[in-house]
Amino acid sequence: MTRRTPLNDGHRALGARMVDFAGWDMPVQYSSVIAEHEAVRNAVGLFDVSHMGEIEFRGPGALETANRLITNDLSKCADGQALYAGLLNEQGGFVDDVVAYRFSPERILIVVNASNKDKDFAWMQARAEGVKPVDRSDDYAQIAVQGPKAVALVQRLTPVDLTKIGTYRFAEGPVAGIACIVSRTGYTGEDGFELYCAPGDAEALWKALLQEGQADGVKPCGLGARDSLRTEMKFALYGNDIDDAHTALEAGLGWICKLDKAGGFIGRDALAKQKAEGIQRKLVGFEVTGSGIPRHGYPLLKDGQRVGEVTSGTQGPSVKKPIGMGYVPVELSGEGSTFDVEIRGRAVPAVVVKTPFWKK
Amino acid sequence: MAGNIPKNLKYTEEHEWARQEGSVVVVGVTDHAQSSLGEVVYVELPKVGATLTAGNQFGVIESTKAVSDLYSPLSGKVVKVNEALLGDASAINTDPYGAGWILELEPSDSSQLAGLLDAGAYEDLLKGS
Repeated sequence: MTRRTPLNDGHRALGARMVDFAGWDMPVQYSSVIAEHEAVRNAVGLFDVSHMGEIEFRGPGALETANRLITNDLSKCADGQALYAGLLNEQGGFVDDVVAYRFSPERILIVVNASNKDKDFAWMQARAEGVKPVDRSDDYAQIAVQGPKAVALVQRLTPVDLTKIGTYRFAEGPVAGIACIVSRTGYTGEDGFELYCAPGDAEALWKALLQEGQADGVKPCGLGARDSLRTEMKFALYGNDIDDAHTALEAGLGWICKLDKAGGFIGRDALAKQKAEGIQRKLVGFEVTGSGIPRHGYPLLKDGQRVGEVTSGTQGPSVKKPIGMGYVPVELSGEGSTFDVEIRGRAVPAVVVKTPFWKK
Repeated sequence: MAGNIPKNLKYTEEHEWARQEGSVVVVGVTDHAQSSLGEVVYVELPKVGATLTAGNQFGVIESTKAVSDLYSPLSGKVVKVNEALLGDASAINTDPYGAGWILELEPSDSSQLAGLLDAGAYEDLLKGS
């Protein structure tokens, strides 16, 4: 069954092109992927991300229970802080990548990918030692407001002092009169907020942001722009760049895995072993220097031999180059290393570059 | 949505158009095709002098999200390609029947043109899809 967010009718009214994404009927674009991408880089864009899942741990011991499930360390955070983290299997591969919110030691909210929500919830239920998780996904809609003008736009709609909410911090308060979690997070590489509200309030919040943002050139943005924006930042997408078969270290996400945290985490021992032995393959960002655009699944070749494949690729609208990511043998992972991308039977040269691809 | 379907062109079921200009035939993709693809960011074209066969793939068009094959409406020899598209393919979106033309070919059998869809038949095809 295809699911709809509370903003579905609104997307259609705005003329969005809709696609099935992880079982959700979502907008891929409204007018143009490139125009929406550029609105986020230069002004401000709105994304409906209500399809994301929210799983809550509440009550005494919530912090300890949740912290044992995720790779990063919430015990070192202040209340009001959010953390990017992984849920790993015993081999150190990804069950999902998540953002964990610490409201208090007795209330932790973990935001998971829409495509993985049911899997994650079952996984947490089976492994939570102490507080049991509650699936709160139906209680939250989520709108991402992203771009250099996002802070000013949201500030005009809220009495909350946004200068007090640093990156990966959050607060609760009204936006356009609607109760929200106001989180300075995002998936675009731009400053901005992710606003969580009750599903019944989502339409009013969306309309208020569109209305107030008119003077800023606000644009509603679809999954197409979300993908090109995150690719330019080399932000991983679950199912493309990270999955259960690649470890966090291979994905270059060792920084979200606190191997020596008290209590450990699932997958910790496998990562510690791999760290000691050294990784054999690594997720790199590359630019195609020949002619063609790398796409998910295209082979990566060295001297004609297949050494990996493209996990994400696009023509970067801001970097104005064909860019991609993929796992390659570690000896080919250094900046400046060259290999080929097989694009429809042609070997097209590519070079490993420093990431993120996009820098202001 | 059918988009703009000029009456004076011939069409394929794969959404290419063909326009006779003297001894050559100009080929491009239709307004409907460009609109369905979204923003075109890359086109892979055959070399001048290449021989194309009607109905066979001759190139590739890529939009921000999709990769699609291009099929030749006619058999013949490529006499010119629109090199401007190699640097910036956006003319396919903005002017699919004009600046967004893709190639010119010298047909080996001009009677093949008559076998393509006319504007009315192409419109019916889009309505049925």
